[in-house]
Amino acid sequence: MVPTIALAGNPNSGKTTLFNELTGSRQHVGNYPGVTVEKKEGTLVNNGYRMSVVDLPGTYSLTAYSLEEVVARDFLVNEKPEVVIDIVDASNLERNLYLAIQFLEMGLPVCIALNMVDVAQKRGIEIDAEKLSAFLGVPVIPTVARTGLGKKDLIATARRMAEEDRKQSLFEISYGDDLDRALAKMTPEIEIHHFLTETYPARWVALKYLENDKQILSKGHQKNSAFSEKLETIGKKVSTHLKATVNSYPEAMIADHRYGYINSIIKQGMVHRQHDQNRLYTSDKIDKIVTHRFLGPILMIAVLLGLYHFTFTYGEIPVGWFARFFGWVGDTASFYLPDGHLKSLVVAGVVDGAGGVLGFVPLIMFMFFGISILEDSGYLARVAFMLDRVFSLFGLHGSSVMAFIVSGGIAGGCAVPGVMATRTLRSPRERLATLLTVPFMNCGAKLPVFALLIAAFFSENEAIFMLLITIVAWGGALLVAKLLRLTVIKGEPTPFVMELPPYRFPTFKGLLIHTWERTWQYIKKAGTVILGVSIILWAMMTYPGLPESKRSEFAKQREAIMAAPPPSTARPDKLPGKEAGLSELAAIDGAEAEANLKNSIAGRMGIALESLTRWAGFDWRTNIALVGGFAAKEVIVSTLGTAYSLVEADAANSGSLSQTLANSPKWRPLVALSLMIFIVFYTPCFVTVVCISREAGSWKWGVFSMVLNTLLALILAALIFQIGLALGY
Amino acid sequence: MTRLMMRKMKDNQTGTISAIKAGGELGRRIRDMGLIPGRSIKVQGRAPLYDPVALRIMGSTLTMRNNEADYIEVETE
Repeated sequence: MVPTIALAGNPNSGKTTLFNELTGSRQHVGNYPGVTVEKKEGTLVNNGYRMSVVDLPGTYSLTAYSLEEVVARDFLVNEKPEVVIDIVDASNLERNLYLAIQFLEMGLPVCIALNMVDVAQKRGIEIDAEKLSAFLGVPVIPTVARTGLGKKDLIATARRMAEEDRKQSLFEISYGDDLDRALAKMTPEIEIHHFLTETYPARWVALKYLENDKQILSKGHQKNSAFSEKLETIGKKVSTHLKATVNSYPEAMIADHRYGYINSIIKQGMVHRQHDQNRLYTSDKIDKIVTHRFLGPILMIAVLLGLYHFTFTYGEIPVGWFARFFGWVGDTASFYLPDGHLKSLVVAGVVDGAGGVLGFVPLIMFMFFGISILEDSGYLARVAFMLDRVFSLFGLHGSSVMAFIVSGGIAGGCAVPGVMATRTLRSPRERLATLLTVPFMNCGAKLPVFALLIAAFFSENEAIFMLLITIVAWGGALLVAKLLRLTVIKGEPTPFVMELPPYRFPTFKGLLIHTWERTWQYIKKAGTVILGVSIILWAMMTYPGLPESKRSEFAKQREAIMAAPPPSTARPDKLPGKEAGLSELAAIDGAEAEANLKNSIAGRMGIALESLTRWAGFDWRTNIALVGGFAAKEVIVSTLGTAYSLVEADAANSGSLSQTLANSPKWRPLVALSLMIFIVFYTPCFVTVVCISREAGSWKWGVFSMVLNTLLALILAALIFQIGLALGY
Repeated sequence: MTRLMMRKMKDNQTGTISAIKAGGELGRRIRDMGLIPGRSIKVQGRAPLYDPVALRIMGSTLTMRNNEADYIEVETE
């Protein structure tokens, strides 16, 4: 059996950097069973000795309040790792030791990595690691994860601990007379009853009963409800007593004593501080500008625009390569394969589907690279700090902003990485509300559709209309978020109490690993599903095909043209008939494609839906395009092209389509406006739905977003269309 | 010596926490972050929209919303 090391510690303690340093690129990311908390695992090989390393979620405590904390402590007690490396930020010792003490109380085999000793030193903090180690009874190793200092020592210690497998002596601290007395009464009884003691130390169970820990209480109730109630009674007694005598609760007393204990450690000469603790450092001076009342928001807009520019200017370049590559593959396949269903399946289904999945990859990579920089440097926390006031009004969290921006808050993002960006949110309700509303943003795939419609009907006011659509998307998203938080995702706002970590230079290795693992997850998870769905959608738009009689009719028309004499206007120096004939042939091909589409499953759906969508002014052609848009929003343009018998219409070549729409009697500005509103709000594309389901942990939410968004879109579009009609547009 | 709720504190004002009046998730979170009676704090500043507030405590910076700061009573000089 390969021994396991669990890496635990506070957020921002350098845990991930140490994980990368220990495992290098030998790591993979998954989820803890049943929850959406990321689980990172890697392998450490040292002189032929292998250890598996698990990066636990960063937490400040081990309560049952947050999912991360429950996941971390469940892993520690269920998987029983041979070594728990607790990363303690030396420059922020008190808050980090608060968690360390809780690990010790659980009787875990802890080894403390006293990290960032260089930063502490610069701040005039000297920590005596040996004394601290003797005091706590566990190894304490000074490290600097970013430079690799202390890494060897740490690995050697971890290895020794894994091989020794010695029992960690129990660590007890005093919680004051009242609580200590209760603990002394409860602990032996818990031991006698073997109550939960196969997983937890007896005193820890008693402590959790005093803290009124929901998870432990419910486990205890299942195990032995009579005894559990007995313990609860003791807890309640102490609680009333504390309330009456010192006006406090057990959990408050426990926290006070833990911090009191840490203070006593520090006062015993293990830590020397040269300066006043609350003096301002470089990082705080930067914050004076970065979060300044006027300069802060200006800088923030500049940074977000910069992220955007970076992603969509440079990200578009490899996107172009991918598109050309898949174009070439498609051409090659259609050259070698005989005409027919197989060719159509390979070219339109498989190649276009794979292209659709991989086309996003460069964007996701660039986006995550940019976000990783903002996240690792500490700037993202400032953005959350500055914008929380606005977002909390709508039941969201300051950190929601990144997901909105990435999804297309500044027109041109993508909801797929946007949905994945909600991982930076640690509050479950706010996160779900963010997940469900980010698809309203105007992603890069909706843009060609807007561009097409605006060019056709509002060409004089292009910029204003783009801006308007962006505002509509934001307004809609925030209002729907508020609505959701008042109904389906009701609940108190999650506390905003959080740390503003000091600014740090991100490590390049960390950025690359971060970017790559998120990108790979996308390819792996979304890739398989969307490929399948794009084939289904292809089939829907191809079958059942035209009846034989119709097809032969088109074939006859073609023959007629081939046989026709050259038009008299043809210039004698050119091959007669060739040019005029070609364009006529293309027109017939187009007409056949249109007829085929109309007769397909999607076409029949489009026609059937007309009775509903005519309230919003859409005919069957638009409906088919919208059905196609479910595969990927850019498909709307190409499908509209086919529906209007244009053979080669795609996002890049929409000029002729825009002309066609502008000249079509069925279209006018009001229809275009109604359609644009519909496209802003209707169901997210399938890739996004898959990602929402994964991130929310249930398909229920994916389906919910499809249904709710489409209904909302239809209602809004119909309102606009009907009001417009009434006003005579 | 005056006692006031943290929301009322001015930028750069210092004080000592005298009581935390929140229970449940919020109370736990506040205490876990080291905001306990007896701890000295300094208001470092506020976000551009005057909410949340940033505090200096134990050599690091914490942020919280004003309606969360309402549960923290501070003694000031």
